Amino acid sequence: MPKIASIKKVVVIGSGPIVIGQAAEFDYAGTQACRSLKEEGVQVILINSNPATIMTDKDIADHVYIEPLTPEVVKKIIIKEKPDSVLPTLGGQAALNIAMELEEEGFLRAHNVRLLGTSAQTIKKAEDRDEFKKTMEKIHEPIAPSQVVTNVEDGLAFVKTIGYPAVLRPAYTLGGSGGGIADNETEFVKILENGLRLSRVGQVLVERCIAGWKEIEYEVMRDANGTCITVCNMENLDPVGVHTGDSIVVAPSQTLADKEHQMLRSAALNIITELDIRGGCNVQFALNPESFEYCVIEVNPRVSRSSALASKATGYPIAKVSAKIALGYHLDEIINAVTGKTYASFEPALDYVVVKIPRLPFDKFIKANRSLTTQMKATGEVMSICTNFEGALMKALRSLEQHVDSLLYGMEKDSIEETRADLYRVDDRRIFVVAEALRKGITEEEIHDITKIDIWFIDKISNLVKAEKRIQSEPMTRELMAEVKRLEFPDSVIGRLCGKTEAEIKALRDSYGICAAFKIVDTCAAEFEANTPYYYSCFDGENEVEQDNSKKKIMVLGSGPIRIGQGIEFDYCSVHSTWALKKCGYETIIVNNNPETVSTDFDIADRLYFEPLTPEDVEAIVELEKPDGAVVQFGGQTAIKLTEALLKMGVKILGTSAENVDAAEDRELFDEILEKCCIPRPAGKTVYTKEEALAAANALGYPVLVRPSYVLGGQGMQIAIHDEDIVEFMEVINRTVQEHPILVDKYLMGKEVEVDAVCDGEDILIPGIMEHVERAGIHSGDSISVYPAMSLTPKIKRVIEDYTRKLARSLHVIGLINIQFIVYQEDVYVIEVNPRSSRTVPYISKVTGIPIVDLASRVIIGEKIKDLGYASGLQPEADYFAIKMPVFSFEKLRGAEISLGPEMKSTGECLGISRDFHEALYKAFLGSGVDLPKHRKMILTVKDSDKLEAVEIGKRFQALGYQIYSTRRTCRVLNENGVKAEPINKVEKPSPNLLDLILGHEIDLVIDTPAQGIEKSRDGFIIRRHAIETGVTVLTSLDTADALLTSLESANPKDMSLVDITEINRAGSAEQA
Amino acid sequence: MKAFLILEDGQVFEGKSLGATDEVISEIVFNTSMTGYLEILTDPSYAGQSVVMTYPLIGNYGICYDDMEADKPWQSGFIVREFAKRPSNFRSAASIERFLVDNHITGIEGIDTRHLTKLLRERGTMNGMITTDENYKLDEVLPRIKSFQIGHVVLDVSCKKKIEYSGEGYRIAVIDLGCKKNIVSSLRQRGCHVIVYPAEVTAEEIIADKPDGIMLTNGPGDPKSCVKTIAEAKKLFETNIPIFAICLGHQILALANGADTEKMKYGHRGANHPVKDMKTGKVYISTQNHGYMVKEDSLDRDVVEVSFINVNDKTVEGLHYLGKNVQTVQFHPEACAGPLDTGFLFDEFINMMEVSK
Repeated sequence: MPKIASIKKVVVIGSGPIVIGQAAEFDYAGTQACRSLKEEGVQVILINSNPATIMTDKDIADHVYIEPLTPEVVKKIIIKEKPDSVLPTLGGQAALNIAMELEEEGFLRAHNVRLLGTSAQTIKKAEDRDEFKKTMEKIHEPIAPSQVVTNVEDGLAFVKTIGYPAVLRPAYTLGGSGGGIADNETEFVKILENGLRLSRVGQVLVERCIAGWKEIEYEVMRDANGTCITVCNMENLDPVGVHTGDSIVVAPSQTLADKEHQMLRSAALNIITELDIRGGCNVQFALNPESFEYCVIEVNPRVSRSSALASKATGYPIAKVSAKIALGYHLDEIINAVTGKTYASFEPALDYVVVKIPRLPFDKFIKANRSLTTQMKATGEVMSICTNFEGALMKALRSLEQHVDSLLYGMEKDSIEETRADLYRVDDRRIFVVAEALRKGITEEEIHDITKIDIWFIDKISNLVKAEKRIQSEPMTRELMAEVKRLEFPDSVIGRLCGKTEAEIKALRDSYGICAAFKIVDTCAAEFEANTPYYYSCFDGENEVEQDNSKKKIMVLGSGPIRIGQGIEFDYCSVHSTWALKKCGYETIIVNNNPETVSTDFDIADRLYFEPLTPEDVEAIVELEKPDGAVVQFGGQTAIKLTEALLKMGVKILGTSAENVDAAEDRELFDEILEKCCIPRPAGKTVYTKEEALAAANALGYPVLVRPSYVLGGQGMQIAIHDEDIVEFMEVINRTVQEHPILVDKYLMGKEVEVDAVCDGEDILIPGIMEHVERAGIHSGDSISVYPAMSLTPKIKRVIEDYTRKLARSLHVIGLINIQFIVYQEDVYVIEVNPRSSRTVPYISKVTGIPIVDLASRVIIGEKIKDLGYASGLQPEADYFAIKMPVFSFEKLRGAEISLGPEMKSTGECLGISRDFHEALYKAFLGSGVDLPKHRKMILTVKDSDKLEAVEIGKRFQALGYQIYSTRRTCRVLNENGVKAEPINKVEKPSPNLLDLILGHEIDLVIDTPAQGIEKSRDGFIIRRHAIETGVTVLTSLDTADALLTSLESANPKDMSLVDITEINRAGSAEQA
Repeated sequence: MKAFLILEDGQVFEGKSLGATDEVISEIVFNTSMTGYLEILTDPSYAGQSVVMTYPLIGNYGICYDDMEADKPWQSGFIVREFAKRPSNFRSAASIERFLVDNHITGIEGIDTRHLTKLLRERGTMNGMITTDENYKLDEVLPRIKSFQIGHVVLDVSCKKKIEYSGEGYRIAVIDLGCKKNIVSSLRQRGCHVIVYPAEVTAEEIIADKPDGIMLTNGPGDPKSCVKTIAEAKKLFETNIPIFAICLGHQILALANGADTEKMKYGHRGANHPVKDMKTGKVYISTQNHGYMVKEDSLDRDVVEVSFINVNDKTVEGLHYLGKNVQTVQFHPEACAGPLDTGFLFDEFINMMEVSK
């Protein structure tokens, strides 16, 4: 059936800020779907609060609203835009929940808007635990014995019938939020209470624990005519018990015989047929490893992280095909874009192995609980492709960028007992522990008995361990070299194991004629001719990638896995740069390894290499493609780190030169430049050892900022207020080997200001100045950022513009530069300069309407700002406010410290935009999930130095009708200053104390400012964790509290205005509703 | 030990020997299934052929003897990128290496199977030789390789005498042209009483056993070499006994009705082939294994209509004979290996017998 003619204008709901469990995959899916809808001549209205996404660009949709993702806002937009349809299955759980709410209350019907794709009834059947269970029973698909409970008593009664351990899964939550496995009654009650509160409908599923079974997923598609296909099946290396988002996943399944595979495949098709799915769907199974017994774990009636992975693993564009199905097309009417000849109604055949490894944030949250459970903790993932499993695993490991380039993790010195004990621990290091256990002679069977990881995987890891030993003990013959390269041992690791340098290994390898070959991902295992420019490398085959030298080629290095400090923004930059360079007539080559992103879609660049971003892997591509230049400034630190290696390979770095990137990071060179430009910076010193650090800190006077150079997102950065802090920080910092020095700076508590600028070597273009709400000391990525800067005098703005120009010129910046300033007592200091793209680039581009990545890319290839249609210098300010609000995922990370500091902790961001500052602020808070007031009760407890400021804050909350509870000392100060506050016992004191109050579920807000430096008492930590885990908003800075008050005091949610980003023009005005 | 795959055009792939080391000459074909290597190894339709598995890791779940589609493997050789040294599955009773040795199948691993597949796709199916003789002489072996022909292997793979499986339901005569076990199992699961006959059984002998339905199975080689079976099939077609035919059986019935068949460039072999039901427009994913096909322009539209087509290349995948209870398909509704999506065709066959009663 062709497209349904009456579909002309479609609302697509995005997934909002990046949080754990809902990441870049929805930008990929949404962007792909929007492009495919537009291709069909449908008008697209996009709603997403996340400004860092590509889907919110004006060229992706016809009208774009970067507004809070709440049912009310979506309703307002529907009323304004009068669409005929809503497509809710591309924006993850967030979008699905909103669409369901609008459908259930009859809003969509009342406004003649239909839900495209899968129906509301289907969504309910798949998502509502009870309905799902009934549906599965009807079609005889087994599920683990389970019961939906809505209160603790029923839960306890049911768990008695199935016994411990029991699994708990709250309904309608992201990434299994609030779920877990309970081993006893205490744990059970704790998880259940929490889950009931987090579930949108107050339902939690309690089920028999099938931990240890194989976890198998199917990505399936179905059209309105009932044609069903499976795009891909995937097997989790980690058995049931670890969330699939945190598991190492392999595609296709490896240990299933055809009988088991077909049994599960048929079950998956049976399920989507009964659910009447129209589009993509994910079905997860648990399979008993000792029999044909299986059960259905979960069905996601929408595109998901797994579908993004399946798309990249197979080349089958699930989101695109889902969008076409939603428009009415049948699968056999949709062309397979990869072959151009076959249709979407087939099942991809793989002739390679795909491995996905999650990127977990424990390098950022060193105190968080690392164990992996049914609640997802990963912020991102990497994928690799190879012709064998060992090779794919090795490639994926080195793609993680976690200081690991093989299965050697530094556990060699542990005793065998320690290693054996570690095998029982289910955390992100398990794969390394398995390898170590094999090295120490623990048998494959014992490892299997403990971990339940299938012997097949353990044996493959064993092959890698055996290869390590051969490298150490045997002469490096041609045969051995060929074998270990086939297993994807990097030259550096081979060298390390056999006592040679990487260069020596490379030379030897070259003399043997062993080099990487590139193969095509074609969806059909070479059965049909395909010209997809989607490649991966291996060492055991013929190269099939043909060079095309008809055009000049530019290589764009991507940013790897999403992690805290290096998020989706860098993918935005990479993709836009690629598009701009393509438009200028270059052939573009993207290298990246993140399956969730838009950049790794095969039709973004002219050629896509799905490869690890290490010097050796990139060199293999360079040797084949011989690019005319490489762009590193858009891919975050991942790409920047490759600069030196690229230069050695003889690749020209386009844009700012490597020496000048170094000059910005090298303290002495940078100080020279600042001095030459007469730009002040906070006094500081470069140190290597603890002793030097102490001396520097005392010479500068506390407080000081301590941080390693060459890091992301302020990793390892801390404020020290006395010697003890320095001692502790230096220990943490030196836990990983430091090639670069450590910086100790005087800490100035002023106003933080940030600019992104484009420089062509002469002229600069500053789209706007952003001001942070929080005072210096909180990482810029975690601060609320306001554009245009509100509190700066014209004189200071001119100084900032002047400093930016001087710095950009002195550093010979060609392309982007990001500078952070502190305005302290009317003086402007430079605190950081990054001659590359930054986190704020997508945000400032969107709110000013100035496409700075596009401009920077054109400058990089030699164009001049004055020829691009822009005046030099600071651009005129917009007549509306745009506020970037950080969003955190603390509730997913048990034990993580949530108080903000110089080290970045947020996972995503959202935007609030309005002509009115207060409204913009309100929207930004609302978009980040702060929807107050509710119960009008709050806890206010602050450090001594904040007590007087707290009085002001207290007064204003009181005026809003808030009842304030405070700990003894804060309470006394408040009372003495005329603020009514009730004293409440600290955590360690008898009940009723702070914890009882928080667990009573009546607190809207906790404001708790921790003492600077390293907190000595666990009290604040316990309060903050409990508040976060019970879903209470927690603020750890009075500046944030002040901003929240400002937004609440003047909020008028009923009259909220809407801003269509596509109507923002360069002069900076937006049409308002 | 080193092993070599020599193609008829003179290209040589070097790999490692696995399983038997006997020198074999056969047709070289590729299969894109990612699972089901044992079913493929034991599918009699592969007689005279060596199969290249495009999926690189073969043998992962070992050998589960229950999954064999015949009592022994019929392939000449088995060509893979990597054999699993340590299989893992609760049913696995042996490694694939053991199986190849036990069954005298010559295997070769370490081959760039993607490269090989592309060659076969571009040049069409070729003959080839697998040998462990490092001193082979191309000018000596190439003429031998080129002259190889599969011949009338149906007689080799077919049963030698009638076999009866009792059941309470319909009596089905199965003409064994290289029958996969699951065809008989699929009928027996539906309660049928199944009698399996050798390939060149006469129509009279079958009719004398009073079957309610007749089944022509899959099998190897060129359908036109089955001269006798074609003639007998024509006679059976003229009775009004419902007929269901699969693969070679489908081609034989078409030939019996005056249509023509031809060899395809590289055939359809895999578990992901989309076939469209012309009545409903619904697409099913099917298992396929054929190198010949019924030519669409040779069909007499007064006698037959196309019931299924392949979505990829639009070739004929199923025929319905007008006014007759005769349904034939090119693909494999018995699956094994592959999707179970079209198993309902066995139910339709039962239904045909129901109706014609």
